[in-house]
Amino acid sequence: MSQEIIGSGHTYATITDKISSIVLTRKTPHGWLFGFGVGFVLVMLLLVSITYLFVEGIGIWGVNIPVAWGFAIVNFVWWIGIGHAGTLISAILLLLRQGWRQSINRFAEAMTLFAVACAGLFPVLHLGRPWFAYWLIPYPSTMGIWPQFRSPLVWDVFAVSTYFTVSLLFWFIGLIPDLATLRDRSSSRTGRVVYGILAMGWRGSAIHWHRYEMAYLLLAGLATPLVVSVHTVVSFDFAISILPGWHTTIFPPYFVAGAIYSGFAMVMVLAIPIRAVYGLEDFITMRHLQNMAKVMLATGLIVAYGYLMEHFMSWYSAEKYERFMTLNRWGGPYAPAYWALILINIVIPQALWFRRVRSNVIMLFLVAIAVNVGMWLERFVIVITSLHRDFLPSSWNMYYPTFWDWSTFIGTIGLFLALLFLFIRFLPMISIFEMRTLVPRSEGD
Amino acid sequence: MTTKNFWRSLEEYANFEEFQKSLEDEFPPDAAVRQGVVDRREFLSLMSASLALAGLSSCAPAAPEKIVPYVRAPEEIVPGKPLFFATAFPLGGYGLGILAESHMGRPTKIEGNPDHPASLGSTDAFAQASILSLYDPDRSKAITQAGAITTWDAFITNLAAELDPKRLNKGEGFRILTETVTSPTLAAQLKQILQQFPSARWHQYEPVNADSARAASRMTFGRYSDIRYHFDKADVILSLDADFLLSMPGHVRHAREFTARRRVKAGEKEMNRLYAAESAPSVTGAVADHRRAARPSQIQDIASQINDGVAGKGSTGDAWIDAVVRDLQASRGKSIVVAGPHQPPEVHVIAHDLNTKLGNVGQTLEYVDPIEPNPVEQMQSLGDLIKDMQAGAVDLLLIAGGNPVYTAPADLEFAKHLANVRLRIHFSLYEDETSERCHWHIPETHFLESWADIRSDDGTTTIMQPLINPLYAGKSAYELLSAFLGQPTRTTYEILIEAWGQGRNKDEFEKLWRKSVHDGVVAPELNAVGALYERPGRSQTAPTVSNVVAGFSPRSPSDVIEVAFRPDPTVYDGRFANNGWLQELPKPLIKIVWDNVALLSPATAERLNVINEDVIEIKSEGRAVRAPVWISPGHANDAVTLFLGYGRTRAGALGSNRGYNAYSLRTSASPWLIKNAEVRKSGERYALVSTQEHHSMENRNLVRRASAAEYAQRPDFVEAERDTPPGELTLYPEYAPEEYAWGMSIDLSTCIGCNACVIACQAENNIPVVGKIEAGRSREMHWLRIDRYYQGDIHEPEIFFQPVMCMHCEDAPCEPVCPVAATTHSSEGLNEMTYNRCVGTRYCSNNCPYKVRRFNFFNFHSNEAPSMALLYNPDVTVRSRGVMEKCTYCVQRINHARINAKKEDRAIRDGEVVTACQAACPAGAIVFGNIADPNSRVSKLKSEPRNYGVLTDLNTRPRTTYLAKLTNPNPAVKT
Repeated sequence: MSQEIIGSGHTYATITDKISSIVLTRKTPHGWLFGFGVGFVLVMLLLVSITYLFVEGIGIWGVNIPVAWGFAIVNFVWWIGIGHAGTLISAILLLLRQGWRQSINRFAEAMTLFAVACAGLFPVLHLGRPWFAYWLIPYPSTMGIWPQFRSPLVWDVFAVSTYFTVSLLFWFIGLIPDLATLRDRSSSRTGRVVYGILAMGWRGSAIHWHRYEMAYLLLAGLATPLVVSVHTVVSFDFAISILPGWHTTIFPPYFVAGAIYSGFAMVMVLAIPIRAVYGLEDFITMRHLQNMAKVMLATGLIVAYGYLMEHFMSWYSAEKYERFMTLNRWGGPYAPAYWALILINIVIPQALWFRRVRSNVIMLFLVAIAVNVGMWLERFVIVITSLHRDFLPSSWNMYYPTFWDWSTFIGTIGLFLALLFLFIRFLPMISIFEMRTLVPRSEGD
Repeated sequence: MTTKNFWRSLEEYANFEEFQKSLEDEFPPDAAVRQGVVDRREFLSLMSASLALAGLSSCAPAAPEKIVPYVRAPEEIVPGKPLFFATAFPLGGYGLGILAESHMGRPTKIEGNPDHPASLGSTDAFAQASILSLYDPDRSKAITQAGAITTWDAFITNLAAELDPKRLNKGEGFRILTETVTSPTLAAQLKQILQQFPSARWHQYEPVNADSARAASRMTFGRYSDIRYHFDKADVILSLDADFLLSMPGHVRHAREFTARRRVKAGEKEMNRLYAAESAPSVTGAVADHRRAARPSQIQDIASQINDGVAGKGSTGDAWIDAVVRDLQASRGKSIVVAGPHQPPEVHVIAHDLNTKLGNVGQTLEYVDPIEPNPVEQMQSLGDLIKDMQAGAVDLLLIAGGNPVYTAPADLEFAKHLANVRLRIHFSLYEDETSERCHWHIPETHFLESWADIRSDDGTTTIMQPLINPLYAGKSAYELLSAFLGQPTRTTYEILIEAWGQGRNKDEFEKLWRKSVHDGVVAPELNAVGALYERPGRSQTAPTVSNVVAGFSPRSPSDVIEVAFRPDPTVYDGRFANNGWLQELPKPLIKIVWDNVALLSPATAERLNVINEDVIEIKSEGRAVRAPVWISPGHANDAVTLFLGYGRTRAGALGSNRGYNAYSLRTSASPWLIKNAEVRKSGERYALVSTQEHHSMENRNLVRRASAAEYAQRPDFVEAERDTPPGELTLYPEYAPEEYAWGMSIDLSTCIGCNACVIACQAENNIPVVGKIEAGRSREMHWLRIDRYYQGDIHEPEIFFQPVMCMHCEDAPCEPVCPVAATTHSSEGLNEMTYNRCVGTRYCSNNCPYKVRRFNFFNFHSNEAPSMALLYNPDVTVRSRGVMEKCTYCVQRINHARINAKKEDRAIRDGEVVTACQAACPAGAIVFGNIADPNSRVSKLKSEPRNYGVLTDLNTRPRTTYLAKLTNPNPAVKT
């Protein structure tokens, strides 16, 4: 292996210094201020959009009859998909003993949390009466009524909330040893108190480490099926319906693959600039990027296979509505979105077959961006083109997003950015203790 | 129960004049003159004050004005129990018998009056929507003089000062302009005025009138005569641009009679056959077995050729015409040729000739004396008035109803010459374009607010009873005319009682009057509407029809573009411009809402190089109008159809500045047609909203159709698709129906797409109006829509209508996807929405293959004026923002019947539950009932072989099914 997962010459001390200094000693860079500023402004836009939405009603968006689900659901699925990479990297790769995960798992997990938080907003916002969202939660209601458990939307509530909870726990437990490090190294009293509380009394004793490893492993085991289940359940939102373009058994695997695809792309989009800005090339090495590119290529091909099968089945089933749906995607009013999807999401990522592309940071960054756009388009195509022309031609109609559709979407990107920048500034974005475990191996190689 | 108690409670209930008087006594004189919107609180306090004071006033010996509830005489008003009062809905002067539903003194719904021959229990969209106008906050609310609010007394004083000198000069310069008058009492009052002021003149004008038919009957018979058709007796009907099913007087009855001959049972093939020649596709053309698109001016040629053919002059070489001729000849005495009111008199004369030759007169149609007491050719009448105005010969003009400033043909320049009149008094429901140019404006009472009498096209007279006290300071036409007769204090009731009771025994009259008011049809013993006015007598040298026809010169076709005018199918001549229900009602064929368009054929659009929403400029005689194009398959080539009723400047908040004003091109010489107009593309675009954007069925077998002959051969043709999955495919056991299993059958053979059901549903179920912008975003709220599909050649398409509402599927796809169980199945098979439980995920709508669910994207009701709250049906929840809604099969009506049945300890009878759409349908196409009962009407219809469900291949098993459309094409005609 020519490329390392950690740069040479690092010792325990240099790793700890380098990573903790970002939080504790280095001056806040102007880039951070700028980035956070952008995120903050967009969060304000999100708040304005939500306030206006709550005052006026869902009609400020472009949704209508027949296209009763629009950007909100597209964005929900997109964010949930992005939220897949973190847990996958942390849990599954941990179980598979993939050491290279250890420099990227921390911020991938953080990214997961923030993406799921953004995703979680949408199902609530898109309700006609969001103040009754809690009716989807089973609780002993005085009305004597439970949620309707046959509805995939109820499954969604369980899937997403479980995923969020487990991801949060996993991330937090992973942070504890590092929080203790920060507590010990912090020069300010506030830092010591805050990190001290968060470290939950971690002293680094052998018994701590023993229990810690056990808990982490168990959580990884718990989180692993969730990675698969959450997007499977999200895909049920569509697959359970009778709508051509939604009613497809292939959806669960193809949604999961798509989620990993977009998740890794997002990790890449974030990792590439961060490693450049903070000089972390030693920790997030080209090998990391190349591995992620390979995962993207593989999952991207699964997604492409999914598209292919969808079309094959619509022909093979000889089902007139299915056939029409496919033809309508190809040549209907939303055909540009469909062909853009094929280009951006399937054709462009094939560049990753080439080593030269995989070893070029700029190219990787661009491909990753393309995949994120492409996966958003995929959800747009699935949600909108299936709904806008279904069974009765008399009710066919178009969907046009409004300003508020866009502002809410962009607002959540702002929320994501703002949370991410706060994370980078106040928590170790790379796992210090796990990186330290890599030192001997890198020295031994 | 004594009669006295009964009357007394009704008086208290229904607000009479004396209540109003006692109110006015109690409060300062100007209290009755209210400015601005009467809000709910204010209205209710007014109502309760009226009720309280009514108790007092009934101590005083005041003459009671008795109104009679239709069904049953309750001892007291039972809260929550509606009462029905028979009255009539006036349109174009003619009445349609209705029953107005009243909840605690609030009229809320219009139903047809089954005892009334013009209604037969059904209504049309206009009648259904008329109730909205009652509560319209933009109605004129106060008497104004030069724009300033004043009082009736002030008007009376002023009027007396005006009239006194007029009495001396015999009323020189005094003119009255009314709309079409059929009211015997009003006509008698007018006659009295003309007697008091012998030099005064009475003119009648409405933009949509019967001038052509009148002129034709004058030319043919030498006197005015109306035709009464009996479509149920006709085997073959030829419509010469006559939309007799939707827009001619009597259309509700026509629809009933026409469709009665289109219900075909299995094995039968007897049904009537309709040929239609028309320029713009109409509802009548859409249901015709053979439709010929022809430019408006070509209709006369077609008529002449058919006439020649029937006269035995041999083949014309036109297969269509030859087939019509043969069919007509084969059905002598059993056919009808009906000429459209927008065709020139010549076409009507030819129709007279044809009907005479075919021996139809006395069989399928009859000539009757005009219903109007004083029939005139209205364009002539208006022209005479304007000539006098121009000459300065008019110094007092009373415009009693109508809006001539807006509706008069452009060439007459009514508004300009109106300025020559010294004193102008306008009386109408709204402060409109005409009020603006008049010195006095007197608000008119809505027809539900006042007594009146009116006649229908078939001669039935109805005493219209008030359902509610005038909401604003309105006066009835009778009161107004009475003021001109020097009796300003007489109430409408007194006037009517006197007019009808003249020369009758008091007790006998009392009985007859009560019966007449109650039935909504004047008792025959009372009905002595004599000729009040001299009519043009039978000419001594009446030419025979054939001679008249021989004098016509054939019209040579030219390649210039003709422009035809039509009343708008939803706002009519503009009088309904401020009616939100009608504005948002998709026009029957083009499905446009909130606008009028210029209709073109696809070929003409190509020739003019325009597409939908391009604005064209139409120029004629130096006048021009700009109108947005809408391409209509089946429209005649080289013709443009413009619709009246839009482009108003003072219609109210909803109706003003909407669309273009087609009146500004119309001429008095040829009000329905411009033979040579200059039409060019303007380059502008104008956004139109159509509620249905896709017109093809995409081979999905949604509307199934066969000819009657095919049906007789293959009664199971609807199953050709074999798309209904077998029952055993489901894993779950079938639910055995309980006592009731509600279901609906819609007969596509008889549905004429007239929209009456759509508005009936809207009125019954408190469905909000969303406005053009929201409708443009595909958010209209109609629970019931009428899908329209085209099939075949784009130039001569077949046109299908299909009413679609919630199908109440047995296996409803909407139900399992709702996360909160807000939409569930009832034990009787209803797919129910629990509004309070709905959180608004809209998944149910996504999963509904029929897309019949409607979502409250905003709080649509919040835009409504407070007065609209009175309109709501108290039996139906008013939905707020964020919840889904849809057709409930009028569950409130089911429950109403259930309560009645339980009280009487019996089962609900077949026909006891009538949904709002079913009640309104003039064609009787919608039948609702209990499908668990094999003997119910709906079960029998569903067992007919042509019964099918839409999208049953999805295994939804809809409770609403359709009867396939049957047509009766002539095998001799291709296509």
